[in-house]
Amino acid sequence: MPEQDPKIRSANFEEVALGYDEATARQEAERCLQCKKPGCTVGCPVGVRIPEFILAVREGNMPKAVEEMKVKNNLPAICGRVCPQEVQCEGKCILTKKGEAVAIGRLERFVGDYELAHRTCPLTAAPATGKKIAVVGTGPAGLTCAVDLAREGHKVTMFESLHGPGGVLVYGIPEFRLPKKVVFGEIDYAVECLGIDVRNDHVVGRSISLNELLEQYDAVFLGTGAGLPSFMRIPGINLNGVMSANEFLTRVNLMKGYLFPDYTTPVKLGKKVAVVGGGNVAMDAARCSQRMQAVQAKQTGAGPGEVHIIYRRSKEEVPARAEEFHHAIEEGIICDLLTNPVEIIGDESGKVSKIRCIRMELGEPDTSGRRKPVPIAGSEFEMEMDTVIFALGTSPNPLVFVDADGLERTKHGTAVADDESGRTRKRRVWAGGDVVSGAATVISAMGAGKRAAADMHKFLKDEAPW
Amino acid sequence: MYKILEKQVLSDVVKLMVIEAPHIAQRAKAGQFTIVRIDEQGERIPLTIADYDSKAGTITIIFQEVGQSTMHLGTLNVGDSIASFAGPLGHPTEIENFGTVICTGGGVGIAPIYPIARALKQAGNKVISIIAARNKDLLFWEDKMRAVSDEIHVCTDDGSHGRKGVVTDPLKEILESKKENIAKIWAIGPAIMMKFVSLTTKPFNVPTIVSLNTIMIDGTGMCGGCRVLLDEGAKFVCVDGPEFDGHKVDWSSLMSRLSYYRDEEKAALEHWKEHKCKLDKAIAEGGR
Repeated sequence: MPEQDPKIRSANFEEVALGYDEATARQEAERCLQCKKPGCTVGCPVGVRIPEFILAVREGNMPKAVEEMKVKNNLPAICGRVCPQEVQCEGKCILTKKGEAVAIGRLERFVGDYELAHRTCPLTAAPATGKKIAVVGTGPAGLTCAVDLAREGHKVTMFESLHGPGGVLVYGIPEFRLPKKVVFGEIDYAVECLGIDVRNDHVVGRSISLNELLEQYDAVFLGTGAGLPSFMRIPGINLNGVMSANEFLTRVNLMKGYLFPDYTTPVKLGKKVAVVGGGNVAMDAARCSQRMQAVQAKQTGAGPGEVHIIYRRSKEEVPARAEEFHHAIEEGIICDLLTNPVEIIGDESGKVSKIRCIRMELGEPDTSGRRKPVPIAGSEFEMEMDTVIFALGTSPNPLVFVDADGLERTKHGTAVADDESGRTRKRRVWAGGDVVSGAATVISAMGAGKRAAADMHKFLKDEAPW
Repeated sequence: MYKILEKQVLSDVVKLMVIEAPHIAQRAKAGQFTIVRIDEQGERIPLTIADYDSKAGTITIIFQEVGQSTMHLGTLNVGDSIASFAGPLGHPTEIENFGTVICTGGGVGIAPIYPIARALKQAGNKVISIIAARNKDLLFWEDKMRAVSDEIHVCTDDGSHGRKGVVTDPLKEILESKKENIAKIWAIGPAIMMKFVSLTTKPFNVPTIVSLNTIMIDGTGMCGGCRVLLDEGAKFVCVDGPEFDGHKVDWSSLMSRLSYYRDEEKAALEHWKEHKCKLDKAIAEGGR
């Protein structure tokens, strides 16, 4: 798929991957072998009818491709962009054995974008059941659950704590990976077609509690994600210039800080930025940092900056998607692997000036099966830095557990829920996505939202007692 | 969109607005705050709840025009709306009958101290209030504070109203006189005032609660931008606070963090003024 040149794209916020045109999409669809027992569908967390939609693309029947897609996936333009296809559908494609898998993700994106532009297959709802459902959180899990339940004819109300729906798709994932117009396009389309009520600025646990929701609704789904950032326990984390990846990405993405001062949320970034962590969020933060530096250089005439990723294990253990890591390197981000911060040092005004790190080596495998990083004694060194961004993973927000007796929580702060049905330990409350699994992927959250919706529907039809 | 139902100009730079927000008013309690975003381009800013009416479904906010967002908010009028209004956020003030308590409010901090003083009074406490501002024009709600206090002290920096001095002057005298046992003290106002109140009360070992107003984005625990250093480590003002033990707060790091975006705030303000100027001109010309 064509991409923006790394040198050009690292200075703008436009989408990196440019997408297929119809001819390229049909050409790619030709490569699909139309397996009788398709591995791709098995590899997909929501079981998209992949060979069927690809066949329709091949035949040039795009409305049919959309129809096939929407049997299982209501948000294809989003999934086509952010799913880790290499370990899901494409990873199971028979063609990987002979060379390259069919580019299922790119075809999915093509179909999703086609539908956003043409609206050939509006979602329709079954006759009204009279049942009322509250969905808490409007990220991937909540959206998927809400749409599936609304299609069954239930009256769905979504509660969002921020000023607009989308959750991590809006505040976390950057514009250049997932344009906001795609997210809002998908959400608005679904909400309009199905008459879903979206209540922004409602913080469940504060504006209204779970117990109160249960008085007003027949069933509640919690898809509140994992939004609480972690910081390292090292000296200097409260200095000016130290922030969580959540704060940085929220300033840039949700609040559109890259358009400051037309948008009034500032983003303050120095010329030397360190991002600590090796996951997808770290890659997003690093790549956003570089783009922000370019924006600011244009405004102030400053020279180019430097962005480092500091990760305590080696390249093999980097948890980010291969493509994201590759893009980051291509765009000129410096990787300090097998390195761990031990202290952040400030100047007399209380602002970050240096980061002190220690070199690591890999020891015996730990409980995660990965080799454990061990500090090398005496290897400490310092790097000059103006900004340090922590991207060390996130945990669920505890607010939703306020006035929610019976909703059990693990010691990691996640909600206890059955993986298959999504049922929590509190009657009429289901949960899914990062609030149950801890920080994971968009598509796994969608899968959980979908499974919960199926069980909720059965419960509401009195087919699955609780 | 949330409609502005009432607007009062309390001074040149301090304004009051009553905003329609049943979703906040239903559960709002003294000590909590809201997040306001004026329009699509606006930032999210925390504003404390000055009053609430659960029956009418309204929230009262009072703000001092210090930067672009608050100045912009100040230009809005009754009938206008703001784009986002979230809350009530943070923990409510712990209200019980402690005995005799002191409530100090400095400047625009008089607004959030009022519902706390009222709730403490209703709970049976003897409430001694100390309110202060730079000058007479910046002082407001003296009557409302008086109505919920057993004793009130009013100060201005320049002596233009009440006693000439700062909140810590009467505070220190009350504590030194030892006429009565002070169970607890609340202080809300500029960081520097809360710092000095905490320093004043520390030798007397009187528990002192401060309400912090740090830089925030979401206000729900997501960004961590609001974090404050306490003796026991970093805490988030939005979900762990906004009230903290004033004796445990690292004031120098708090004040340094509050001023971190000063240049950007100035740039945003200049940009907005320029834009507004052009807009006003265009409207004036269009009207002709």
